[in-house]
Amino acid sequence: MTGLLEAQDVSVRYGSLAALDGVDLRIHDGQRHALIGPNGAGKTTLLNVIGGSTRPHRGTVRFDGRDVGRLGPAARARRGINRIHQRPAVFPTLTATENVVVAALPRVVGRRRWWPGGRRRAAQRLAGPLLDQMGLTAVAAVPAGHLAHGQRRQLEIAMALAGRPRLLLLDEPAAGLSAIEVGRLVELLQALPRAVAVLLVEHRLDLVYALSDTVTVLRDGQTLAAGTPDEIRTSPLVRQAYADGVA
Amino acid sequence: MIAVAAGTNRIDPYLIPALDGVAYGLLVFVAASGLVVCFGVANILNLAHGLLYAIGGYTAAALLDGGWASLALALAVGVLAAAAAGVLLAGLLTPVATGNHLSQALLTFGVALAGGSLLVAGFGPDNPQVQVPSALEGSVMIAGHRYAAYRLVFIVVAAVLAAALYLVVRRTRAGMLVRAAVDDPEMVACLGVSPARIRAGVLAAAGALAGAAGVLGAPIIGPGTGTADTVLLLSLVVVVLGGLGSMAGTLLAALAIGEIQTLGVALLPSAAPFLLFAAMAAVLAVRARGLAGRWRTA
Amino acid sequence: MRGEVIRRVRGGIAALVLVGLVVAPWVVDDYTTSILARTLALALVGVSVALLTGVAGMPTLGQTAPYAAGAYACAVVGSRVSDVGVVQLVVAAAAGALLAALTVPLVVHARGVIVLMITLAIGELVVIVLGRWRSVTGGTDGLAGIPAVRPFWGLPALADDQARYLYALAVVATLVGAVLVLLRTRAGLVLRAGRDDETRLRASGHRVALHLSGAHIAAGAIAGAAGSLLVVAQQYISPADFGFDTSALLLLGVVIGGTASVGGALVGAALVIAVRDWLFGVLPGHAPLVLGALFVATVYLLPTGVNRARGRLRPPGVPALQANPPAAPDQATVAELRR
Repeated sequence: MTGLLEAQDVSVRYGSLAALDGVDLRIHDGQRHALIGPNGAGKTTLLNVIGGSTRPHRGTVRFDGRDVGRLGPAARARRGINRIHQRPAVFPTLTATENVVVAALPRVVGRRRWWPGGRRRAAQRLAGPLLDQMGLTAVAAVPAGHLAHGQRRQLEIAMALAGRPRLLLLDEPAAGLSAIEVGRLVELLQALPRAVAVLLVEHRLDLVYALSDTVTVLRDGQTLAAGTPDEIRTSPLVRQAYADGVA
Repeated sequence: MIAVAAGTNRIDPYLIPALDGVAYGLLVFVAASGLVVCFGVANILNLAHGLLYAIGGYTAAALLDGGWASLALALAVGVLAAAAAGVLLAGLLTPVATGNHLSQALLTFGVALAGGSLLVAGFGPDNPQVQVPSALEGSVMIAGHRYAAYRLVFIVVAAVLAAALYLVVRRTRAGMLVRAAVDDPEMVACLGVSPARIRAGVLAAAGALAGAAGVLGAPIIGPGTGTADTVLLLSLVVVVLGGLGSMAGTLLAALAIGEIQTLGVALLPSAAPFLLFAAMAAVLAVRARGLAGRWRTA
Repeated sequence: MRGEVIRRVRGGIAALVLVGLVVAPWVVDDYTTSILARTLALALVGVSVALLTGVAGMPTLGQTAPYAAGAYACAVVGSRVSDVGVVQLVVAAAAGALLAALTVPLVVHARGVIVLMITLAIGELVVIVLGRWRSVTGGTDGLAGIPAVRPFWGLPALADDQARYLYALAVVATLVGAVLVLLRTRAGLVLRAGRDDETRLRASGHRVALHLSGAHIAAGAIAGAAGSLLVVAQQYISPADFGFDTSALLLLGVVIGGTASVGGALVGAALVIAVRDWLFGVLPGHAPLVLGALFVATVYLLPTGVNRARGRLRPPGVPALQANPPAAPDQATVAELRR
């Protein structure tokens, strides 16, 4: 069985520094996969390569059986790779509803999509339930710039889901959230449709264990280990690497 | 022998326009380099750049009396006056937030309007005559053609000026800073120099360049009511064509524009109106991909 | 609730202004009426500038280019082909859109100052072409003696200034209404989103370059239609109508009007043009001096003098600053007006 996402031999260099050096990654439909590793291990770089905002110097990225290496972020988003940024990226002057509508538009296919306003109405129908799911119904008409940090994070997840992703890239989604907000976030992410595959970059190992089926450990741009959370948790190699990296 | 003679004949009528084109191109290059510095380092679209040139031009018209001393004096006064005008412009720009391109452009446009009006009030609405040094008033023979001596000397002087400019940008510390700033505008912020000072310095340098071009080029693009607009437009086109920030590109573009305006008109009079446009479209189309990356980061 | 009040007040003011504009030709003399008609044409160009500068985030100094293309296309069609206003309008809008479409590759990837530079260069090159292409444009002398327009087949030709003014008013009102409707559709929504954060829009799968090209072409069509109105209003055009001072005046008017607001652009552009016309009337010698000083003063007085550069006016890659949003969300409409 081929994976939904297959990245092979990915290498990225910044000058003489190798941010990624021959990394392989395979994710199949609905898989929840986490990338961990010390700072500078290349986790975010790998996410950028998969999302299309960084072009690798070597290696291929295939999504759903097709080479997407030459596509930009927009084209990959239309194929089903959506992303949550480390800093919540929303449109500050648009209301929460409008944010979700804008995110939904490129992937909306309604029967009346060629009618005037048809696509927008279809996107609007999508926005209500998503905002509800994220607990944002009360602030649906508020410009996103006025929302609290945690609400913006939830809005961004709603926007990502509005794009009907098949693979969701999450870059430290818990960054800057309070303990209560993190709990809510975990609930939201656990409730994601099972068809959506997730690639999670996260420092907090408790979140990684709560949210992922499989884990890859990166160190210095190379794959150090891969396996189930339990295998990783007990691997002395990984413990050693993490201790070094943090120290 | 016959073939060679025929060849000469075919080239012959275009020699003078081609030379004119070189003179014109070098003049526009010196004027445009001020705009490049201004836009590249300070990230300001200076719509008063043509005014700075016109200041040099009017200075030349007022001071030149046919002697060498007057030329030196006019050059000194013109450069200083235009540089001072640049500093004044920087002072006016101080209250405007950096990065507010619209307000900056509008303010420089206002200065250009007011300054142009003041120049006309001071020097009269007619285009003044410019007297070149009497030693250069005559013409010289080039390949059987008479050619104005001043233009020939101007080509040499402007070429030296362009070379000097190139060396300054390539070899000196100040030039290195300018190049670094053009490549990465945020770097300027890391230097620890106040943006207002950088702006004043940049606009003074741009003024000096435009003023020098105005004085030396007065016999070619003379002072008058339309001068500021003409020079601003030509400089803009040259800067855009030259790749927005590269000195070598700007020089090439300036020479191309010069030839288009002179040789092009002589060769293809019916297509003349569109040549500038076509050149811009062609260059941008060819380089669009390479430029796109630059523009995004600029 | 405050938003509702503000919306009502704005609607009321707009209605009053519209009524005033309709009765104006019976109040003022013929000369002023013809000046008003020309101002309406320029205000419509101002709307296209606002569409690009404020809504799409591409500041422009070159909307005189499609404006000129529309005007000359209309003049040529008017003298040689048809005196029907609808035909002239469509031809002019098509000419403006075509010119805009041709220049799309030059501007669509550029941002900030560089768009200003490129659009300015395009505008000025168009003026040069107009001055030199004698066989079609009449060179710097321009085109005169364009026959009076009839709005529709079978209707009488518009013989006096009042009728021409009302025709211009009707066209401007229709097109501004169309723009307002357009901005409420998903096209307007996506453009506003792109001005907020272009990278984010791309991450959602939108073809940003395509949206911007569409906005550029639409703005070109509006400016082209405005060019046709100029021909109707003046019955004479020359390259001097499309100089870069006109572009700068319109940009100033749009900035005064709030950059992203269509109504603001109309009012701002009309105000700036009126001040210029008035100045050149009362101070023939020193008008540019005073006008230049007014430019400087206006820039200082504008609330946008503080750094409000946003979205595409900011170099991409720099994250959006959440700089002190107004306290209450319903004040957003006020901020919208001032932007």
